[in-house]
Amino acid sequence: MPDGGIGAPTKRREDLRFLTGKGRYTDDINLRGQSYCVFVRSQVAHGRIVSIDTSKAAAMPGVIQVFTGDDFAEVGSIPCGWQIHDRKGEPMLEPAHPVLARGKVRYVGDAYAAVVAETEAQARDAAEAVEAEIEELPAVIDMVKAVSDKSNLVHDEIGSNLCYDWGFVEENREATAKAIDEAYHVTTLELVNNRLIPNAMEPRVAVGDYDETNDHSTLHTTSQNPHVIRLLMGAFVLGIPEHKLRVVAPDVGGGFGSKIFHYAEEAFVTFAAKQIKRPVKWTSTRSEAFMTDAHGRDHVTKIELALDNEGHFLALRTNTYANMGAYLSTFSTSVPTYLHGTLMAGNYKTPHIYVNVKAVFTNTVPVDAYRGAGRPEATFQLERVIDKAAREMGIDPIEIRRRNFIQPDEFPYQTPVAVSYDTGNYQATMDKLIEIADLDGFEERRAASAARGKLRGLGVNCYIEACGIAPSNLVGQLGARAGLYESATVRVNATGGLVVMTGSHSHGQGHETAFPQVIASMIGIDPSMVEIVHGDTANTPMGMGTYGSRSLAVGGSAMVKATEKIIAKAKKIAAHILEASDQDIELKDGMFTVKGTDKSKAWGDITLAAYVPHNYPLESLEPGLEETAFYDPSNFTYPAGAYACEVEVDPETGQVEIASFAAADDFGNIINPLIVSGQVHGGIGQGIGQALLEQAVYDDNGQLLSGSYMDYAMPRASDVPSYVVDHSCQTPCTHNPLGVKGCGEAGAIGSPPAVVNAVIDALHRGGHTHVSHINMPLSPSRVWAAMQKS
Amino acid sequence: MYAFEIETPSTVQDAVAALKSEGAQALGGGHTLIPTLKSRLAAPEKLVALSGIDEIKGVRMGDDSRLCIGGGTTHATVAAEAAGHYPGLARLASLIGDPAVRNRGTIGGSLANNDPSACYPAGTLASGATIVTNAREIAADDFFQGMFTTALDEGEIITEVKFPIPEKSFYAKMLQPASRFPLTAVFVAKFADGVRVAVTGASESGVFRWAEAEAALSSDFSKAAVDALSAPPADGMIGDIHGTPEYRAHLVKVMTGRAVENAA
Amino acid sequence: MTKVSMTVNGKTVSGEVEGRTLLVEFLREGLGLTGTHVGCDTSQCGACVVHVNGEATKSCTTFASLCDGAEVTTIEGMANPDGSLGKIQQAFQDHHGLQCGFCTPGMVMSAAALLKDNPKPTEAEVRHYLDGNICRCTGYHNIVKAIMAASGQDVSIAAE
Repeated sequence: MPDGGIGAPTKRREDLRFLTGKGRYTDDINLRGQSYCVFVRSQVAHGRIVSIDTSKAAAMPGVIQVFTGDDFAEVGSIPCGWQIHDRKGEPMLEPAHPVLARGKVRYVGDAYAAVVAETEAQARDAAEAVEAEIEELPAVIDMVKAVSDKSNLVHDEIGSNLCYDWGFVEENREATAKAIDEAYHVTTLELVNNRLIPNAMEPRVAVGDYDETNDHSTLHTTSQNPHVIRLLMGAFVLGIPEHKLRVVAPDVGGGFGSKIFHYAEEAFVTFAAKQIKRPVKWTSTRSEAFMTDAHGRDHVTKIELALDNEGHFLALRTNTYANMGAYLSTFSTSVPTYLHGTLMAGNYKTPHIYVNVKAVFTNTVPVDAYRGAGRPEATFQLERVIDKAAREMGIDPIEIRRRNFIQPDEFPYQTPVAVSYDTGNYQATMDKLIEIADLDGFEERRAASAARGKLRGLGVNCYIEACGIAPSNLVGQLGARAGLYESATVRVNATGGLVVMTGSHSHGQGHETAFPQVIASMIGIDPSMVEIVHGDTANTPMGMGTYGSRSLAVGGSAMVKATEKIIAKAKKIAAHILEASDQDIELKDGMFTVKGTDKSKAWGDITLAAYVPHNYPLESLEPGLEETAFYDPSNFTYPAGAYACEVEVDPETGQVEIASFAAADDFGNIINPLIVSGQVHGGIGQGIGQALLEQAVYDDNGQLLSGSYMDYAMPRASDVPSYVVDHSCQTPCTHNPLGVKGCGEAGAIGSPPAVVNAVIDALHRGGHTHVSHINMPLSPSRVWAAMQKS
Repeated sequence: MYAFEIETPSTVQDAVAALKSEGAQALGGGHTLIPTLKSRLAAPEKLVALSGIDEIKGVRMGDDSRLCIGGGTTHATVAAEAAGHYPGLARLASLIGDPAVRNRGTIGGSLANNDPSACYPAGTLASGATIVTNAREIAADDFFQGMFTTALDEGEIITEVKFPIPEKSFYAKMLQPASRFPLTAVFVAKFADGVRVAVTGASESGVFRWAEAEAALSSDFSKAAVDALSAPPADGMIGDIHGTPEYRAHLVKVMTGRAVENAA
Repeated sequence: MTKVSMTVNGKTVSGEVEGRTLLVEFLREGLGLTGTHVGCDTSQCGACVVHVNGEATKSCTTFASLCDGAEVTTIEGMANPDGSLGKIQQAFQDHHGLQCGFCTPGMVMSAAALLKDNPKPTEAEVRHYLDGNICRCTGYHNIVKAIMAASGQDVSIAAE
């Protein structure tokens, strides 16, 4: 076994370029003859476009062309990737989503014109000279009112602001209602899952290019999934066949979901580059990012949990209003439905579950997946209502969870919400959490906090998530308009080095380091012999990209399958050279050996033979050593864990400080523990941000009040503690070859309820027993206000 | 940003002359002005950079035992060099923004802007400091005239601020979590002849003195004296997504108490 | 347009700039030093931090023309003379102190400024010093750890 294989905490090789300023992000790309684009964006949330006069702008210095929605009359609508059917089986309402607004503007930031000029400053000057008469209409902001009041519609042509009214599982509806009606105790909680702005540190950038000699378009873009963009933009929007369109996503400065989606700006620069026959570049400012990147979460929920007299869960019902914003972003419709409803069982045996979701159009930025996507919303409401139920029934919050856990011998476990968990051990992660968080020492720490005048509280919760979203045939039945496999081509060079071309994309996850660890272990060579290529549709097989903690579970599995093909073929070559049967060839530590003999050949001898086939079974085997595999899993993976947060609340100011945070996760097998810990840290940081700091707020007129870092509170280093993380509890996934489950989102899913549970606990211990819930973010002002009521 | 030219005078006299031209605006550290320019909310034709004027930089003890800080002195310099003379003020400077902001931002720029949530107005008003300009001296009590409004005339430059040094002082700051400006902050300065309490971040009218607290603390400089007060009225306090007017009014009292407790 | 000259990473450079040209624009577009990044427009994220005359400075909030004659150091100037990673850079790699890499140049430059003034900071001092540097990937854990390690203080290797 070489050093640095599966399980090694290998330092990241990509760091060398990032640490020396040699990363190559999209904004670092400047093409010869490049022009610059600035969008003219609506300053009102809802308005009828009466007229747009571009003549003054067009006459400004350096202006090449000014575009409006009319220029896109022959261009398709930006598509939604998932069709939901409502409770009655009717398809969701799906309004058009033009590249540039026509007829109406529907959110502050909705672009209705764009200027392309020689310099960015000239484009910005001219954008101000575009004269538009826009008749302002009342903004649709409140979701409940949006559904009931049909007189003011975001999209007049679809006749309603209700995108769909979804029931899941509709057959469970009556039994769930009955169980709730007859239960010993029902705990009810109304809560908001606050609207967030993803804020990857790299703002979005798109550079369109066009080669007229062969009618070929190229888009360089900040994307998590270049093939998806190529398919959506090429096939649905611009009508460019895929062999005439290349999409490149180079180094990408964070995504967290917000760079999955196909955005209008990408289509615009690709279209405009062809029109003006020059490269067109758009770089988002942060202010623009706030009002154009898809936002996340924004659910308003009422959840009811029915229990028997011993605290066993009998039934769960949840009703949610989910904000879609003004248009349906790529995966927006799937987030509150199949990524949310399917997780409502959590880690528990609840016989009856019914989920209702009303998805609503409003005059706000489109809302779509943000780290966790639906699963944080499910986990938050479930783990909050359990905490409240425990308190109401006088049961310890850990004990009530244990009492309802799915037990280790009950897997595979079929939940009442469609999914079947393959494996898990929730008692084990809870036991581990109690150890690493030193929960036995809590009382002592609480007393020490009290001596300093602080209220200390402890919040504990569990989470489960579904990762590695698949299988394609199932998600297809559920409305997905895409497959969810992943691909890999493994190319072995003559001298033994490998290049792996993956459909996954790395924007911080460390694929360039972790993926070679897998392949090196399979072959028994040094990981430095393996290089990863990703992010360019021109040199990678069709893949679905990176999101939903899927890259290792799905993309890694494709890589394993392709490598297995490589090894099988290499064994045949070795068998020929060693004059043995290929059944008798073993590969270990990079050596092919005939079983039970000392006859062997090195990896490099065989790879050389594949390309210099002088002594080679040419009659039965092609030369060369390159294989592609597509992997479509048979199920989701189900990472799970238990999290604990301790907070100190300042009783005078309501200020919450995170005193400690511990996470015990079960991710199945681990390839690189250094990277896994980093993923959990980052997720927890974002979860603490959601719980205490972050909120996107619109006023009644649809103006974004938290439209810059002056008002949108990003977590800083001084807002968070060091985290204690553990992933030694491992129940390997049973259906992928690596036994891995995915770790990218867990932290963001599991941490918000832990923080809120801890604050409520602190307030109760401080005598504020009337406080049963505070909506996130738990700002000092809100916590203080909650303490004032009695 | 719209286009403009930058002039870099090396004396106050030259700067004053440069500011006389149409559309000219002074540029201190730029950490308020440059973001404003980026959003195209200001369109100066000329920026007169004050960063090259050495005569308005530095921290020194004046002959009258007042601490004199040049208008072009950065927060970082004040944090370092005022510490031995006026620790409360040095601490205030050390809490502004972040290290890179403190390396560029200046006391003169902060006071001239008079952001209702800035730190320096609280320290300046509580100290009863005197703002010296190229033209005159202005008492702090006359200088601050409501949010973003000061007694400065067009083109007038803050050359120095003279701080009487209190016996004890402290700056208690509650952070607005996004901007890191104060959500509400209170500077308490105890002089031999009385106590001054200035509040920033709370009022819609900008920095203000809390008269009731000053009276109570002047006769009994203790947290108990603050505890016995009612919080100031919420009416006129800032209400935004970070805190209600009631909350800010409450914080005025809490932060005052903490400033008194920690005063040194 | 005015002419500006400065020393960047030890080399004398010059170029024509407008009044409104920011230092970061001069570095990225004028000199091709794209390691310095722009992550916001309100002077808060710190992805653009460089050193100007030895002081941590937000190059997105500094006009290029005002840096005439200045000594500027960017992330491209932080490696050892033989091209190997400098001490802080190496600590960031050793402790997985970066993920997407976008905020990293600013983090390294801020860390260098901190350790120059305060060679043995406490964890709390490190965290507060980073108030002007936003990272969305790491939750800061390993950044803080890397800086502590770069200061020569004991941190267990981050393999938990």
